[in-house]
Amino acid sequence: MIKVEHLTKKFGDFIAVNDISFNVQAGEMFALLGPNGAGKSTTIKMLTTLLKPTSGSLTLNGFDVVKQQDQTRKSFGIVFQDPSVDTDLTAYENMQLHAVMYGVPKSEIDTRIEELLKLVELWDRRDSLVKTYSGGMKRRLEIARGLLHHPKVLFLDEPTLGLDAQTRNLLWNYVGNLAHEKEMTILFTTHYLEEAEANSNQIAIIDHGKLLTIGTAQDLMKQTKTKSLEEAYLSLTGKELRDEKADPHEVWRQRQRARNMR
Amino acid sequence: MRVIYILWLRQIKRYFRSKSRIVGAVGQPLLFLLALGYGLGSVYKEAGQGNYLQFLVPGIMAQTVLFSSMFYGAMIIFDRQFGFLKETMVAPVGRLKIMLGGALGGATTSVMQGIIVFLISLLLGFRPYNWPMALFSLIFMSVLALAITSFSSGIGSFVQDMQGFQAINQFLVFPLYFLSGALYPLNHVPTWLRIIAEVNPISYTVDAMRWSMIGTSRFGIVHDCIALGITLVVLIVFGVMRFRHIEP
Repeated sequence: MIKVEHLTKKFGDFIAVNDISFNVQAGEMFALLGPNGAGKSTTIKMLTTLLKPTSGSLTLNGFDVVKQQDQTRKSFGIVFQDPSVDTDLTAYENMQLHAVMYGVPKSEIDTRIEELLKLVELWDRRDSLVKTYSGGMKRRLEIARGLLHHPKVLFLDEPTLGLDAQTRNLLWNYVGNLAHEKEMTILFTTHYLEEAEANSNQIAIIDHGKLLTIGTAQDLMKQTKTKSLEEAYLSLTGKELRDEKADPHEVWRQRQRARNMR
Repeated sequence: MRVIYILWLRQIKRYFRSKSRIVGAVGQPLLFLLALGYGLGSVYKEAGQGNYLQFLVPGIMAQTVLFSSMFYGAMIIFDRQFGFLKETMVAPVGRLKIMLGGALGGATTSVMQGIIVFLISLLLGFRPYNWPMALFSLIFMSVLALAITSFSSGIGSFVQDMQGFQAINQFLVFPLYFLSGALYPLNHVPTWLRIIAEVNPISYTVDAMRWSMIGTSRFGIVHDCIALGITLVVLIVFGVMRFRHIEP
């Protein structure tokens, strides 16, 4: 369903993603793990047509991501790592807008919105402006919105960041069902290793833009001779801390801006 | 069509929810009307030109539409900063539709601002010479609004921050406005100023507005319409081309 071959992305001299290749089968739940700044979000941006790769090829649902952008966009849904809802609209209006843009049939829009807003327990607050929401509520709305059209591939970029245990549990159950029953392919990133272990068929670990290893949680533990995924992860990526704000795209853009000023 | 409609509706809803925006965008033209209308009115009259307020109002209406349409580009920059732009960029919808939906919404709200200024100027004593003719000004305001919202979407697509956007406002839009003949008649101005005014699309908009509101025209309504039409097409093409390469 997703095929990544020799994917590379450079921002100036900085190599954010370095010759990565992997495959994800239909209905699979695929976890992409790595420290901050490893290249996870950049990879997802390229898979979702937001960034053009420097080299390598990307196929999603049989479409060339770079050349067949519109078909690709019809095939996936995404929950972004950072906020992307319109806070001057209500939750319901955000959902409607999304449904229309993704061509959800008119007859199904209202029922689906109701089902999903109830799922994330925002139904009672559906007519409040999103700017009155707490951080967790906004996050839940983003997730509900990402599930609104039923895409073939769903990207979840740190979907559970800042959510309480109840909501996380709810989310993974729902997403797991989508993968099993609708054969939806899920690619997600997370910093909660126990989530990755519990909810994925395959785990890929990347660091400094390179793919370190790929396999099931068991494979990874065997490979590193460790007893838990966390130990395996730490033995692969090392223990030093990473810069929190190293979004290479943003850093690069600021550098470009500074250059243009001169 | 549904996509264009829903993106248009988003702009309309946001407009009515932002009272400060409505008031703020009317404040500047009102200041112009009061300060210039009353400040220069007597000088204008003594120069034998008649009633300055009558002359000024169509220009101020064009100003209102011009600047609120430029503000639409700033909304794209806000959308980028607050992340909403990503949501539209990954949607399986042609970029043309996304751009047009928003630009039409921005244009609609700009025309509403123009109408508010018109109503205020009625209170100040302005009278159109012929009411049915005055309705034509709606068309001219709409064309200007759509042209400028398309232009400002193009600008908002590659200018990354508000400072850069303001620079374009200061160095391009303000001069175009002040050199357009919106505030003074072009009859006795120096040649260089007249030439600038004659290649300036804002001049033709203002002229068309005057034609419909007070029944005078410098360039002739046919020329005005041709100039407005060309401006609209060129700026929509510009907006779409830039918007296609937008990076969220």
